[in-house]
Amino acid sequence: MKRWLTQHAQALALALRKFFKAPWNTIASLLAMGVAFSLPAGGFLLLENLDRISAQVDSAPQISLFLALDASRSDLTQTEKRLRQHPQVKSFEFVSRDRALARLKGSAGVADVVESLGQNPLPDAFVVQARSADAGTLEQLRAEMARWPKAEHVQLDSAWAKRLDALLRFGRLAVGMLAVLLSLGLLTAVFNTIRLQILTQRDEIEVAKLVGATDGFIRRPFLYQGALQGLLGGAAAWAILAAALWLLNGALAELAQLYAVSLRLDHLSPRDTLILLGLASGLGWIGAWMSVGRHLSAIQPR
Amino acid sequence: MISFSQVTKRYPGGHEALKGVAFAVDAGEMVFITGHSGAGKSTLLKLVAAIERPTSGSVIVHGQNVGAMKASAIPYLRRNLGMVFQDQKLLFDRSVLENVLLPLQVTGYERRDAAKRARAALDKVGLLGRERARPITLAGGEQQRLCIARAIVARPSILLADEPTASLDAANAGEIMDIFRAFHQVGVTVLISTHDQAMIERLKPRVMRLEHGALAS
Repeated sequence: MKRWLTQHAQALALALRKFFKAPWNTIASLLAMGVAFSLPAGGFLLLENLDRISAQVDSAPQISLFLALDASRSDLTQTEKRLRQHPQVKSFEFVSRDRALARLKGSAGVADVVESLGQNPLPDAFVVQARSADAGTLEQLRAEMARWPKAEHVQLDSAWAKRLDALLRFGRLAVGMLAVLLSLGLLTAVFNTIRLQILTQRDEIEVAKLVGATDGFIRRPFLYQGALQGLLGGAAAWAILAAALWLLNGALAELAQLYAVSLRLDHLSPRDTLILLGLASGLGWIGAWMSVGRHLSAIQPR
Repeated sequence: MISFSQVTKRYPGGHEALKGVAFAVDAGEMVFITGHSGAGKSTLLKLVAAIERPTSGSVIVHGQNVGAMKASAIPYLRRNLGMVFQDQKLLFDRSVLENVLLPLQVTGYERRDAAKRARAALDKVGLLGRERARPITLAGGEQQRLCIARAIVARPSILLADEPTASLDAANAGEIMDIFRAFHQVGVTVLISTHDQAMIERLKPRVMRLEHGALAS
């Protein structure tokens, strides 16, 4: 065990030493990897933020039931009774036309418009929470309510959420494909750096083999180097994103102020950061493994 | 310790380096292999270390058939062999000490222990004061001693040397041979290829002579 640890520590030290031997090459390749990684990670980040912002609006699916303007008090109690008895209705809230108007007045920008109206144009409404989130059941419930007397308009509020959902799914697929492509690029990049390393260390490898080094011993520093390269590339991507977010959030704050809303893009969560770094170093490791497997057997002592 | 039976080595292209070679070397023996250049001396040593594989026949080292050995077992064979190569194979971007450390590092020796043993090996060949030097700054005889230090640092039971005195003057060659003899005297099996006739006459070891790939007795 101790011997095993010693060997791994030595391999890691060797890989680190190689990094600092050629700092400019190292920085250049890290930057290239960072940029490559920041694209899919940035896309993921935007989607996450979009998801988060949309989640604030879109909780459970709601059905809005608007009554006709000429609905009487008895119509109201009738509808209320139906809702209370319906098995699919979890809860509901009555929004009277006066309250709806007051609420509208309170929201930014439209107060003047409302003020200029002679009378209240808004109907009484019920906001209904359904028990099920299933689109089919909701649609059935909506159709049923629409047939109730004095029901003017029934609106299923999950329609836009569904559209956003579809859009997010599309975005995720695009980001996923980008990630796969750029991962392949990264793999190739590590593959090539390690190949060059192996070629420049031909003599060392040959002598090591002659004095009894196993393939594992020779492979190990290259694997560490690949993983380290991936890890630092991932860290560079994280830094690039942090800088981009800092700039964007500055501009976004201004925009949000103009619209009187709170908009902020968050960086990757600690968990997602770990995943990014893990993925990057894993890819580096795999690239190095492939390169070593391909090129090491070509070096046999003569 | 080492035995060859009917060993033939044919290189790609048809050149037959060894033809039906058979011999045995006991543990602790010192054997010189002589012959004109191209007689197959180097090939014979390479077969012992599994650097080359025999075309036919068997090479037995430590009771193991080296010719049929799996690639993954070869490193463990070589850890028990000390080799001094004709072209030295020193690493010029590392210090003298680091060159000697390499055989210990591949077995996972701890650095402090390894450094102690490497210094002891350098002491045995008279290079103790030069551990921080680069191999390129050493004189020819010193470089050869460095090779020997690297070969013996892991305390192998067999020492192979391919023309270790070829590029040295008589005084240096004599010193190098004395080092080999010292190892032989502490029980190491030593196999040396050479065409240094003066040395053979001085040491009077067992001699095997190769002629065009075959043993002449």
